[in-house]
This record gives sequence, structure tokens and C-alpha cells, in this order.
Amino acid sequence: MWFLLPAYAVLVVFFVLPTVFNFVYAFTDWSGFKAAINPVGFDNFTDLASNGTLFRALRITVLYAVLVAVFQNVFGFVLAVLLERDTWLNRLARVFFLIPVLMSALAVGYVFQALLKPTGGVNDMVAAVMRHPVSYAWLGDTTWTIVVVALIHAWKWMGLSMLIYLAGLKTIPEDVTEAARIDGASRWRTFWRIRSPLLAPAVTFNVATALLGSMNGFDVVQATTGGGPARTTEILNIFIYRTFGQGLFAQATTMSLVLFLLVALLAFPVIYTLRKREERL
Amino acid sequence: MTVSDHPIWRRLQPVVTVLSVAVLIGIPLWLVVVTAGKSRGEALEPDLSLPAEWHLLGNLRQVWSDADVPAAVLGSLLIVVPTVAAVLGFGSLAAWILARRASRLNAVLYALGISGIILPPAVVTVVLLLRQLGLAGTAIGMIGVYTGIYLSTVIFFVTGFVRTIPAALEESAQIDGAGPFTVFRRIVLPLLRPVLATATILITLYVWNDVFYAFFVIGGRLDTLPLNLFRVASAGLYLNNWHLIFAYVILMSLPLVVVFAVAQRKVIAGITGGAVK
Repeated sequence: MWFLLPAYAVLVVFFVLPTVFNFVYAFTDWSGFKAAINPVGFDNFTDLASNGTLFRALRITVLYAVLVAVFQNVFGFVLAVLLERDTWLNRLARVFFLIPVLMSALAVGYVFQALLKPTGGVNDMVAAVMRHPVSYAWLGDTTWTIVVVALIHAWKWMGLSMLIYLAGLKTIPEDVTEAARIDGASRWRTFWRIRSPLLAPAVTFNVATALLGSMNGFDVVQATTGGGPARTTEILNIFIYRTFGQGLFAQATTMSLVLFLLVALLAFPVIYTLRKREERL
Repeated sequence: MTVSDHPIWRRLQPVVTVLSVAVLIGIPLWLVVVTAGKSRGEALEPDLSLPAEWHLLGNLRQVWSDADVPAAVLGSLLIVVPTVAAVLGFGSLAAWILARRASRLNAVLYALGISGIILPPAVVTVVLLLRQLGLAGTAIGMIGVYTGIYLSTVIFFVTGFVRTIPAALEESAQIDGAGPFTVFRRIVLPLLRPVLATATILITLYVWNDVFYAFFVIGGRLDTLPLNLFRVASAGLYLNNWHLIFAYVILMSLPLVVVFAVAQRKVIAGITGGAVK
């Protein structure tokens, strides 16, 4: 039994205790400006709710997570189907698509910040195609920048989703698709009716990891927009980082608790639904 | 029989593949290399043009000394190596017990152990706790926090893996008089190699590249590569010095990319082997 001790000692001290503290200090006026910490009840929550910050940050975080989950899975799936055969070219291409996965998300963010500047490479290419100058601020649009940042996040991780989908495609026995073909099913029909349902476990894994990864996201957003323009890409972790840096520890703790509850409330039903779907298919 | 069997598609597929690699991966990487090769004036407005004159080595050297990269490499290693060792060692030791002894208490402990896969760590209050423990800003504190975060991943994967291997081997060793720790080290640990390889890859990747948790726990007091990159990119002195930022990106990414290029077959097999079960 004492074999469990080292792991659980670390877990309790560095994971469970801080989480318990989170539930305590979210209800205090802990700040960097004074020594005393007093309980204040739900004041932190009502303050954040009344000035609109709470629901805006929640909405942005959920929107970001959903966009990332959709983009990352679509890209990963398309790449997996494209590169399914084990030719040398496809093997090489898979290696290239894994490079972003290895890179630091911060570095990825800087690369795209440079590419997407009004005078940057992407506008130059669009201009070359359209034959007139373009200077769109991809990262300065209060409506669309959140989508652009989600695309960058998905770009970074699509190689991992691709690998998982490839592994999923490989688990499907040849004779299943063979039988469907003999029965006269077309290629597309075989693909959508027979093969894609068998990918359900890969979908579960990819959707769950993409959702969790983006709800806990920080680096890509920090390196591209820092939460801007006009705080329209300020996901929860960006808010927590900013307020913590300003010494507003109680606000940061409160939002940290909100993130904890959001993930707990969203992740479990999503994973449960996806698992159910696996069983049904 | 796959969708990709259609004769026209078989002709087209290599073309589409090359094009998508060139556009999706080639352009961003091209930007990094050409910008890292430019002079300060040329890199002020980064674009896809070639540098008039290559300054790549000079820029790499400048970043290496000005941004104090050796110290950051050392800081990163000082944290990544013990973290991976602790996570794998503690995690597999606990997972072995959890997989082999089915009791109600162990079921509860297992649920607690894997909850961290989903639940996010409390980044703000962990700082408060570390201050109380006198570990704020130290490597030990950071290692503890990472270990706490990633233990759940190891416990989850390894427990699942141990359940698939028969216990007969361990039992016969026990009958031969081997103590539990010997059984673990000599018999269980070697069997766990594939799953531990997967975990090592993923955890090294996460910890090596992490900047968020590092901001809170060691921000400013110990340097790691990502923290240092952030400082280089946002410090007034370096602001918009894209040639130096991208030279840094090359220095920082190269070790992982080289390791990956050498071992790519094993890495790919490792990631997919552990994940889809």
C-alpha cells in the first residue's frame, strides 16, 4: 500500500490542496495591496457578473473551445484521409504536419502574429491573387479575430488529431469494407456508413482533448492578441494571468474557480455523450 | 478499399499532398527562417522575401549571448528531467497497485488520481500554497506542480496497460521470494516500456513548452526557454526585433525537432499506441 504514497502525497499537496484553497480564497478580498485577507462572501462573483466580465469571459472561452474543437478535428480528419496510404511521400508529409505539435505554442503565436500583420505575408499573398493591395488587420478585428486565433490553435494541434485518426483508420479490418463493396455499396457510402462510425473512439479522444486543451488555452492567444482587440479574445486564462499580474488575486482566484466549474460541468457530459455515441454506433 | 482508390484521385493525391504541406507548413517555417536571417532593419516589417544578405548565424549568436539562452536551457532541463522521472516513477508505482488490488478504497483513489486529466489545476492558489511551504519561485515547487498536474495522465494510461498484462509472472516471482519492490523493478517496469515511452513523449512536450504555469510559479526567478522567449519578445529592448525572436524560435525548437526527426517512427508509434485503446 505504501507504493501509493509518493504519488498521492504529491497529488494532495500540489493538486488537491490548491483546488480546495481555490474554493476558499474565491470568497475573500485577497490582494497584493494589503496583508490581511478577509471573507467577503459572494462579492467577487457579483462584482464580476455586474460589470459583465464574468459572462463575457465565459462566452468567449466556450466559443473559442468549440471553434478549436471543430477546426482541429476537421483538419485532422481531412489530413488523415489524405495521407492514409503508407507511401514514402505520405510518411514524409505526416512528419511535416507534426512539426507544429512539437513547437512551443508561444512560438507558433509569434509566427502567426508576424504572418497576419496588415503588412505581413498573408496579405501579400492575398494581394498577389486579387491583384490589388490588401491591408486587413487579421488580429485586430473585434468580430473575427477570435475565429482566426482558434484557427491558429487548431493548426498547431491538427497533426496530433491526424495521428489519432490515422490510428483509428488502421484499426478497421479490411474485410468489413470488402464485404460492403461486394454488397454493392459505393465508395462514398462505404466510407460514410461503414468506416466513419468505426472511428468513434478516435472522435471521442480528439474532441475531448481539443475541448480541454482550448478551455485551458493561453499561449496561442497571449502570443497573437494578448486578449485584444478590445478584450474580444480574452479567454479565462488570459483574464486570470492579467489580474494576477495586477495583484488582484481574489479576482484571479474567482475566475480560476469559474474555469474549474466550467470544465467540470462541460467536460463530463460531453465525454459521456461521446461514449454513449460510441456504444450506439 | 478506401476512398483514395479512385484512379483519378490516385493521380491527384500526391499533388494535393505536396501543395498542402507547402502552403500549411512550408510558408510559416519559411517565414521563420528568412526573418531569422535578416538584419534588424529588414526584419522590422516581417514578410516572405529573402534577406538581402544572410545574417542567420550572427543572429543566432546574438540571441544565444544577449538573451542568456544557456541559462534558460539549463533551467528547462533542471525542471523537465526531474518532472518526467517523478511523474513516471511515482505514477507507475501507484498505477501498478491500483490495477492489481481491486478494493473500494482503491477505486476511490483511482478516480481521484485520474481527475486531473479533466480538471484544470488551481494556478492562483497554488502560488499561495507554495509561499506557505517556502517553495515559491523554486525549481522544486515547479517540479511538484507539474508532477501534480501530469500524474493523472500516467496513472490513467499505466493502470489501463497493467490490466492488460497477466499477473502470473509477478506471482511466480513472488513465490520465488522476491520482495514487492524487486518485482516492480525487475518484472513490471520492463513490461511497461511502450506505455511509459508514450507518456515520456507527451509530458516532455508539455513541460518543455509550457509557459502558463511557469509564469505563476517561477515567473522572474528562474528562467526556462519559453519564459525567456516571452521576455525576449515582449521586452521593450527587443520589441519588434523579429529577426531575434525567430532566431530564438529556431534555437528553442531545434532540439525537439532533431530528436523527433531521428526517432520519428518510434515517436509516432508511441503517441498513437498509447492514445487509442
